[in-house]
Amino acid sequence: MEHYYQPEIECAPYEEIRKIQSEKLVKQVKHVWDNVPYYRKKMEEKGVTPDDIKSVDDLHKLPFLSKADLRETYPDGLLAVPKDDVVRIHSTSGTTGKRVVAYYTQNDIDLWEDCCARAIMAAGGTNEDVVQVSYGYGLFTGGAGLHGGSHKVGSLTIPMSSGNTDRQIMFIKDLNATILCCTPSYAAYLGERMQEMGYGPDDIPLKAGIFGAEAWSEEMRQSIQKTMGIKAFDIYGLTELSGPGVAFECSAQQGMHINEDHFIAEIIDPDTGEVLPEGEQGELVFTAIDKEAFPMIRYRTKDICRLSREKCSCGRTHVRMAKPMGRSDDMLIIRGVNVFPSEIETVLLNNGYAANYQIVVDRVNNTDTLDVQVEMTPEMFNDNVGEVEERQKKLMADLKSMLGIKAKVSLLAPKSIARSEGKAVRVIDKRKI
Amino acid sequence: MSVQQISVFLENKPGTLKKMTGVLASHGIDLRATSLAETKDFGIARLIVDDALEAVSTLKEHDFVASLTPVLAIEIPDEAGGLDKLLDKFTDESVNIEYMYAFPGGRNTDRACMIFRVADTKAAEARLTGAGVKVLTQEEISNI
Repeated sequence: MEHYYQPEIECAPYEEIRKIQSEKLVKQVKHVWDNVPYYRKKMEEKGVTPDDIKSVDDLHKLPFLSKADLRETYPDGLLAVPKDDVVRIHSTSGTTGKRVVAYYTQNDIDLWEDCCARAIMAAGGTNEDVVQVSYGYGLFTGGAGLHGGSHKVGSLTIPMSSGNTDRQIMFIKDLNATILCCTPSYAAYLGERMQEMGYGPDDIPLKAGIFGAEAWSEEMRQSIQKTMGIKAFDIYGLTELSGPGVAFECSAQQGMHINEDHFIAEIIDPDTGEVLPEGEQGELVFTAIDKEAFPMIRYRTKDICRLSREKCSCGRTHVRMAKPMGRSDDMLIIRGVNVFPSEIETVLLNNGYAANYQIVVDRVNNTDTLDVQVEMTPEMFNDNVGEVEERQKKLMADLKSMLGIKAKVSLLAPKSIARSEGKAVRVIDKRKI
Repeated sequence: MSVQQISVFLENKPGTLKKMTGVLASHGIDLRATSLAETKDFGIARLIVDDALEAVSTLKEHDFVASLTPVLAIEIPDEAGGLDKLLDKFTDESVNIEYMYAFPGGRNTDRACMIFRVADTKAAEARLTGAGVKVLTQEEISNI
């Protein structure tokens, strides 16, 4: 049985959602015009005033916001309410440049937690569940978001935060945790450790996992599901927009429903900024239409994906986004070719290797080199040198056909790549450009 | 009776082999014979020890990838032509050798021991035994 947190809106007809979006957008643009001089100036430069925005159809007239704007206005140039009304901040992990500080009113927090509650119920969660939140707590949005969502659902919430892996497993077992929330790379590590401790899928009370905050492949999902005996659900979000829960997966596991009553999604051509027809692949752009403290209008996520409004078997009507291949920030350009770490992960898992890998990019004699380092496992090891080399060659051939460029494969000793408790560091780029 | 050889994956960087011998030494595991197969990118250490099961579980506990491989251990006289005579039997019985290495016979200095990896250990052993070759057991190896 499909569970919904707010069925009346999650399953509302599209026309109704569109109407809500238009009403909220008109209001939001006025709010920003009145309270954020930085964005007002951008609008004036483009010759747009709030009067020009009458419905979602006019959205394309508005200027974009990007990470560069956030850097320029750091720390509070985009704040749209008096500080007295702000109850909290969160901040990005700062993996790509300067941190972003995002502000929340109490209402912003409430709506964000609603989004996370929808995600937990879509993963099968109810007030009978025990939700272990193993995302980091603190400035990072992961812990706070799922924690709040779990409260709203009425689940018993274990505020674990990340780290201390053996204790994580002890709590899962002793407190009968049924839903685990963490990054996919940490989920993979928890699974590996459970296996080492001799726990099979049937020994682990978990039934579902809600994993996000980094790009992961379908193959990694299958591997985690098998190891822990759970259903693994993807969740999407950005600190700029609130945090996790902007979009989430349902029982169909076929893309993530975007919470369209709070966020309007567009797909644009990343080069020209033109809006692309629905169904085409391009850069995802969000307009947060409910946020009071830190309203984002046409925020460019740099995530490349496509949207689908096909009917979903779960009954939700909100548009679905495909799993992004990764932020364009994660994308590597090697010898002029675009390479996403998630593509490399797909090839590794398809070849029977574990999701413990590292990608080392360097420049030798003015040529980029790509070294994919993966740990040897008992399953992949053989006393026969020829067979191990054959597997290594096959992996190199598969990488070549997936990426279009040649990659070296290095086989490392087990446990030689550091395990991640939060966002995994997959790429080491030694190039000095 | 074939003998259990331990095969250990070694990453290609300085100190890996030493890390392995260190683990074995600290657990009092006695090496009878060793051989190292290497490629450009990695190596496989092959070991005959006094207690194969203990050695494998110890190595695994220390994050090595190690497996057991059945091999044939055959004693020959440590003299000119000793190996050649033995290989006559292999040829006669059409037993194909994948790899081979040797170790001296310990206290018995006029003997040497040869380790053979063949495709079908059981079949090869039956044929060689039939041709009069004495194949050593795990116990005999442990007691050398």
